[in-house]
Amino acid sequence: MTLRRSRTLAGSILATLLVAALVMTGLPVGAQQPKTGGELVFAVPSEPPSYDGHREETFGVIHPIAPHYSTLLKVDPTDPSGTKPVGDLAESWTVAPGGLMYTFKLRRGVKFHDGSEMTSRDVKASYDKIIFPPEGISSSRKGQYRSVEVVEAPDPYTVRFRLKYPEASFALAVASPWNFIYKADILGKDLHWYEKNIMGTGPFEFVEHVKGSHWVGKKFTGYWDKGKPYLDTYRALFMPAQSANVAAVRGERAHIQFRSFSPAERDSVVQALGNKIRVQESPWDCILMVAFNHEKKPFDDKRVRKALTLAIDRHQGSQALSKIAIVKEVAGVQVPGTPYATPPADLEKLAGYGRDINAARAEARRLLKEAGVENLQFTFTNRGISMPYEPLAIWLIDQWRQIGVHVQQVVIEAAAYSTPLRAGEFQVAMDFQCGYIVEPDLDIYKFISTDKNPANYGRYTDRVLDNLFDRQAKATSVEERKQLVREFEKRLLDEEVHYLLTLQWHRIVPHSAKIKGWQITPSHYLNNQLDTVWLDQ
Amino acid sequence: MTRYILTRLLLMIPTLLGVIVLVFVLLRVVPGDVVEMRFASGQNQWVDQKVLTAERAKLGLDKPLWRQFVDYMTGLARLDLGRSMWTGSPITEEIKLRFALSLQLALMATVVATVLAIPLGIVAALRQDTWVDYFVRMFSIAGLAMPSFWLGILLILTLLVFFKWLPPMVYTPFWVNPWQNLAQLVWPAVAVGYRYSAVATRMTRSAMLEVLREDYIRTARAKGLFQNLILSRHALKNALLPVLTVIALEFAFLLGGLVVTEQVFNLNGLGLLFVQAIAHRDYTLTQALVLVVATAFIVMNFLVDLAFAWIDPRIRYR
Amino acid sequence: MAVNPPAGVLTDVPAAEPESRWLDGLREFVRRRTLGAFGAAVIGLMVFVAAFAPLLATHHPLATDYGAMLSPPSAQHWLGTDAHGRDVYSRMLYGSRTALLVGFGASVLGATLGAVLGVSSAYFGGKLDLVLQRFMDIFLSLPLIILALAVVVILGTGATNVILAIMIPMIPRCALVVRSSALAIREMPYIDAARAAGYGHLRIILRHMLPNVMAPYLILLTAFLGQAILAEASLSFLGLGVQEPTAAWGLMLRGAAVEFAEAAPWMAVFPGLAISLAVFAFNLFGDSLRDALDPKLRTQ
Repeated sequence: MTLRRSRTLAGSILATLLVAALVMTGLPVGAQQPKTGGELVFAVPSEPPSYDGHREETFGVIHPIAPHYSTLLKVDPTDPSGTKPVGDLAESWTVAPGGLMYTFKLRRGVKFHDGSEMTSRDVKASYDKIIFPPEGISSSRKGQYRSVEVVEAPDPYTVRFRLKYPEASFALAVASPWNFIYKADILGKDLHWYEKNIMGTGPFEFVEHVKGSHWVGKKFTGYWDKGKPYLDTYRALFMPAQSANVAAVRGERAHIQFRSFSPAERDSVVQALGNKIRVQESPWDCILMVAFNHEKKPFDDKRVRKALTLAIDRHQGSQALSKIAIVKEVAGVQVPGTPYATPPADLEKLAGYGRDINAARAEARRLLKEAGVENLQFTFTNRGISMPYEPLAIWLIDQWRQIGVHVQQVVIEAAAYSTPLRAGEFQVAMDFQCGYIVEPDLDIYKFISTDKNPANYGRYTDRVLDNLFDRQAKATSVEERKQLVREFEKRLLDEEVHYLLTLQWHRIVPHSAKIKGWQITPSHYLNNQLDTVWLDQ
Repeated sequence: MTRYILTRLLLMIPTLLGVIVLVFVLLRVVPGDVVEMRFASGQNQWVDQKVLTAERAKLGLDKPLWRQFVDYMTGLARLDLGRSMWTGSPITEEIKLRFALSLQLALMATVVATVLAIPLGIVAALRQDTWVDYFVRMFSIAGLAMPSFWLGILLILTLLVFFKWLPPMVYTPFWVNPWQNLAQLVWPAVAVGYRYSAVATRMTRSAMLEVLREDYIRTARAKGLFQNLILSRHALKNALLPVLTVIALEFAFLLGGLVVTEQVFNLNGLGLLFVQAIAHRDYTLTQALVLVVATAFIVMNFLVDLAFAWIDPRIRYR
Repeated sequence: MAVNPPAGVLTDVPAAEPESRWLDGLREFVRRRTLGAFGAAVIGLMVFVAAFAPLLATHHPLATDYGAMLSPPSAQHWLGTDAHGRDVYSRMLYGSRTALLVGFGASVLGATLGAVLGVSSAYFGGKLDLVLQRFMDIFLSLPLIILALAVVVILGTGATNVILAIMIPMIPRCALVVRSSALAIREMPYIDAARAAGYGHLRIILRHMLPNVMAPYLILLTAFLGQAILAEASLSFLGLGVQEPTAAWGLMLRGAAVEFAEAAPWMAVFPGLAISLAVFAFNLFGDSLRDALDPKLRTQ
């Protein structure tokens, strides 16, 4: 992985007070001249429920539909850390001193697929729908923009966001892959129109969607970025079964599946296709963790929680499990290799992250004894999804067995899972934190006190943690914010052990060697506009 | 006869109604609902309860249960299955393509089962208690014993390892590209058909045995009539009815009951759709799917009864 | 369906010289029904293995060994190891316990409840019969796997719930067959006589009706056994059955077994063989039992 390199980009998020947007060429490393033409075929293991990105939550919407749209900013498609905002419809942007006003200059001559021109009216109408949806309109990520006071369109090529308070993550927030820019005239007539129809400014026009089968898009000849897209058409094949996705790539019936394959699936594809396949891998912005119900004894006792995290040999686990499951890196609260992640050497100082497992397990047994629960037995509630929940559970249960703790697993169907968790009807449970962009605000909000965030199933109140969260969210310097995130992490995982993190997910995308101009990032929600992708054939 | 048909038709109503009520209630007992699945799946940090409430209201999930049921039944009375709660599209549209696939697979599997079962059953009966009979019985029981998903895995593995070939991944309707279509469906049809031939084989065998014991067959044999002639003229006709019954009823189940096979062969059919619908808590779609499968079975049952009554008048008066 | 007085190898056992009669019966069964005897032998082996699994196993069924992940069969691991380095042979031995528990649990419960319902329905007749019949029709019109799926989704996974999920669809199937046998018995003079003698319903059902439907009951029971083992495997395969890290055959066939089917075929082949062999044996035995108890029932 080349993620290390991205740390030099670290400052970019806030330091970007004035950024002239890069003109993205999308040329891969060792640049070849892109070829035009051809059809990209990709498998999607999920299908869009509606076409409206503002309201949906599944990547099944992003993969087939993102190529039809543009967003105000986007995450740099050439940046492997997936944390750098660059302009899409915005040519450039400025932040007023104090961080309370963001002004975006729009590109001129951007056309919708019906030929009409895109202006600031369209951007404002789209963001008003996202941030201030009227009664009866669902906007899934409205909460991400709670700092926004008003969106203004002072002239056709300028959009202004006024904030109530400064927010470190704001530029990335408007690079969200979900925030398709819709046409104001259409929204004015019917705010639900986009649930069933497509009309954007993106590189591809809509051709057809056959339910339960496929989705087709074709090159939009009026796309603002001249010369792009390179592909003539793309075809998304909906295949709910993961094995079908693998078979499709292996049988060369699809060039790629943008989500991820498991290590075994990767190996089988590589073995079958040899140099016709290229594999891109990256840490993935998703982590499974163990929630301790602080209301159930003995998990109210910090010593017990600490013993359970000390029992886990994360380094050996990383080595072994990365062969059979979609997990790999030992990680804290941020994806390894991204700007706010704790470097490995510092991470090893946290409880359960050390290299000496025997010492850690001896300490764990001592803590259990001290807490008076030497022969601890409990039920571990897990979610009914096989990869990677099942292998991780088998691993955890066996790790705990080695400090004399006896654990029984109860698996609950995926769809019914949040019910007992929310109701606190469990002792210890598998929980997850996944994001569509790597950003501390998005990744650690999960852990603030349950009364502030009901999705924190640990059922604890920790005002110190809440305070650290607020401070990092508003921190204006990168270094200061890093420090605060670090403190947050130490309190969460080491001092209080409110949660036990397992291993960072690991994204593996083997794809046809013909595919050029596509860079893997830590999120399968990013980098799916396909404007830079071309086929070498 | 008309009276019998009418009675049978009327008896279908409480059964169907029962299925409808059962599914309706069961679905709502299960924790979680479609709105939660879709708008509070976990990836989103800021679940807004107001949004959930509004979405529930839009789907009518805020209404009292009886009201929802009345609405549903009124729709059904107008032959309207409603819209999928997950996608918002008409259910007929959601089901269309999957139904075509499942129907075709069910037909193909039935053909495989029949082609295997009838000759094997006849041969076993004619050579009762010889090694032929034993072999046929073992063969058919083996079909029952092997988990069809395991057979499927082995089949795919064999194609892959020995022939370096994989069946097509995407369903192509027969009229679009028959070759592509068959290349995909023939494997699951064989795996399922073999399994379902087991029951039909044993049925053919025992029906044949019974018929062969009948007096007129013995007479014919005694008269030295050519064996094949006996078979085709007399025995087969009488033996076939129970066999057809078994095949017909199984056909109805094949339509929606191939959940595991569809998983193994990556088929986007009704079974897989059913699993997805349950996972999404898509009440309307699940209800519609169960209704389709149950109706298929009940109608098949009715037709079989009718056929029996037509052939054997005594049944009508039972 | 025809009526059968209690007869045949199984019910004819009591009275004098039990040992030699039993042996004779056995010898007769083996001679006349070789296939059935083979089935019985396999079942016996399975019970033996389940009972003595701890002695026969070479490893702890739950112990992971990440140093020996996915090893092929060897002297150390006779049937190889799985993705977590667990011993496939040992897990298969322990898996027979799950199979037998779920198989017997579901089929005995399902067939018995079905028989009780069927007999009651036939005995009382009238409205009760009509209502029960419609109920049975409802359950019969849904595919087995769909019913089981629904039950597991509502009740959750785990061995007990799996038994329930597999048992419920069996009830109407058994009730239907038993009812038709019981209907015929109900018309027998001795039932009328018992009623005239003032015996209570319960006594008549228990003493006179139930024993007479033993044959179809036993036949269905053995048929259900195989089906239950298969259903458990299917549910586990879908992730809705028994849960890890419990050793169960269906569970051993899913997940990594499918993913690594090409690289480590032993993971999928051996547990699949175990399931097939067990169900095969139960079916062979059941068939022979059917022939022995009720030649007329051979049709099914």
